[in-house]
Amino acid sequence: MADVPINAPQHCPGTGSTEAGKSSACQGCPNQSICASGTMSGPDPAIEEIKEKLSSVKHKILVLSGKGGVGKSTFSAHLAHGLAQDESKEVALLDVDICGPSIPKMMGLEGEQVHQSGSGWSPVYVEDNLAVMSVGFLLSSPDDAVIWRGPKKNGMIKQFLRDVDWGEVDYLIIDTPPGTSDEHLSVVQYLSVAGIDGAVIITTPQEVSLQDVRKEINFCHKVKLPIIGVVENMSGFICPKCKNESQIFPPTTGGAEKMCTDLNVSLLGKVPLDPNIGKSCDTGKSFFSEIPDSPATLSYRTIIQRIQDYCEKKKVTCFS
Amino acid sequence: MERSQDGGNLSGVQHIILVLSGKGGVGKSTISTEIALALRHAGKKVGILDVDLCGPSIPRMLNAQSKDVHQCDSGWVPVYVDQEKSISLMSIGFLLEHPDDAVVWRGPKKNALIKQFASDVAWGDLDFLIVDTPPGTSDEHIATVDALRPFNPMGALLVTTPQAVSVGDVRRELTFCKKTGLRVIGIVENMSGYVCPHCTECTNIFSKGGGEELARLSGVPFLGCVPLDPLLSQSLEQGKDFVQEFPNSAAYPAISSIARQILDMASPRS
Repeated sequence: MADVPINAPQHCPGTGSTEAGKSSACQGCPNQSICASGTMSGPDPAIEEIKEKLSSVKHKILVLSGKGGVGKSTFSAHLAHGLAQDESKEVALLDVDICGPSIPKMMGLEGEQVHQSGSGWSPVYVEDNLAVMSVGFLLSSPDDAVIWRGPKKNGMIKQFLRDVDWGEVDYLIIDTPPGTSDEHLSVVQYLSVAGIDGAVIITTPQEVSLQDVRKEINFCHKVKLPIIGVVENMSGFICPKCKNESQIFPPTTGGAEKMCTDLNVSLLGKVPLDPNIGKSCDTGKSFFSEIPDSPATLSYRTIIQRIQDYCEKKKVTCFS
Repeated sequence: MERSQDGGNLSGVQHIILVLSGKGGVGKSTISTEIALALRHAGKKVGILDVDLCGPSIPRMLNAQSKDVHQCDSGWVPVYVDQEKSISLMSIGFLLEHPDDAVVWRGPKKNALIKQFASDVAWGDLDFLIVDTPPGTSDEHIATVDALRPFNPMGALLVTTPQAVSVGDVRRELTFCKKTGLRVIGIVENMSGYVCPHCTECTNIFSKGGGEELARLSGVPFLGCVPLDPLLSQSLEQGKDFVQEFPNSAAYPAISSIARQILDMASPRS
């Protein structure tokens, strides 16, 4: 079936099929109503609008992991902090984890609200050159649960991409929830014309995590999303008292290093466990300023430099 | 009679426990697995239903990743982990052709499979069915709670790690339980404290006490802290029975105490 879009949900009957928009796989797909109407007028008009809106964004980076709790948000937050240390760069951070938004807390922005302006939603600013957007800013209390099914989450993501007034931005970092489902498909679909530089994939060393991350890498291949590289987080722990290293999450199958060799993706670096990282995330501070000399911070800096080099070298791919 | 016909495949299940957390990677699958093993050692028949469709971890944790699901007259036969058939298991992991296949599904498709998991698995008679869920409060959770509501689940076990970022997501999960009328059995704080194997100094890598504090503030029972224990991660990696292999380890007393509390809560009902 040649008319199945590359980023369609699994078992998509194809846009030209008589089942288009009607099969069970179509439910929740943003193009469902278009397919069902039979006009075949092309993809969601929002995709073009998003391209227009994001034309002022130079680089777009997705932070992904099949596994939860491996440090996606910690990494996204500190990639943003790290890039924003260069005052000539404008950085934006978008949190599309609709059910578990951690970014507001990590950036010290809990309780902040989003304002509406003529040109859309205004993001919340941490520094002059660091803007943040998250569903957390739209909730009235920290206890509020967003109990939404897929289509509603997709609508929110569309709004985040189309209606947020980012202005001129050098780097847009998109933090995602774990898995390979609605949020991920939607981001990739909506940005199919605007283009994404690539994805950074986060994992921890143990096989239970790697097995989910392999699925995420397969997802990237399926939707033709370039992979910038893999970061191994929580890799070894150095006891603050005796300075000996031990493995809390033992890499029984060779860790991220072996997986990267096997799957031919690059390993951007390993970040050791440091209790101060968790602490600075809980208090909403950047550990670049809190613990500038920790091995974890130094490792972060190398990884960020690699990502920067990648983006500057590479032209943005369109993969529609 | 009427009830058992309607009840179908879940009518022989005494107690259904959902393991939930707003946050990923806090140890839902670990706690599900270890509680199942501990209940098994207490002589109970246990089933585990893994509804994490995008990242199923349970098969590997019980060393069953190469097994297949078979069909019988009353539906799917779950995978049995041991000879005595005291732990049975159902997961999407058994239905994939290749273990690295990504399940790129949107909500409605996930809901359909969960409904099928709830109605078409021939569990037989079980003392406990433990339902392991993915992180969040979305399709899988709504579908699971809807599908299990007719069977009056015993409640939800919430897992968190101690740091504020994780506790924040678990607060949202508590709201989910309240809104859907699901009883909260209690909160488990996982990964609290790590004892250095070289100098036995205890470091609170992900801080300490967040789960207990949350339980106190929201008035739900606190079931205990499970420390970070490399022996535990190792036995999960190799699919070994931690409860049997390492009775002297740091995490063991915590796990068996949680299992005991669950047994105590369950006994007046049976």
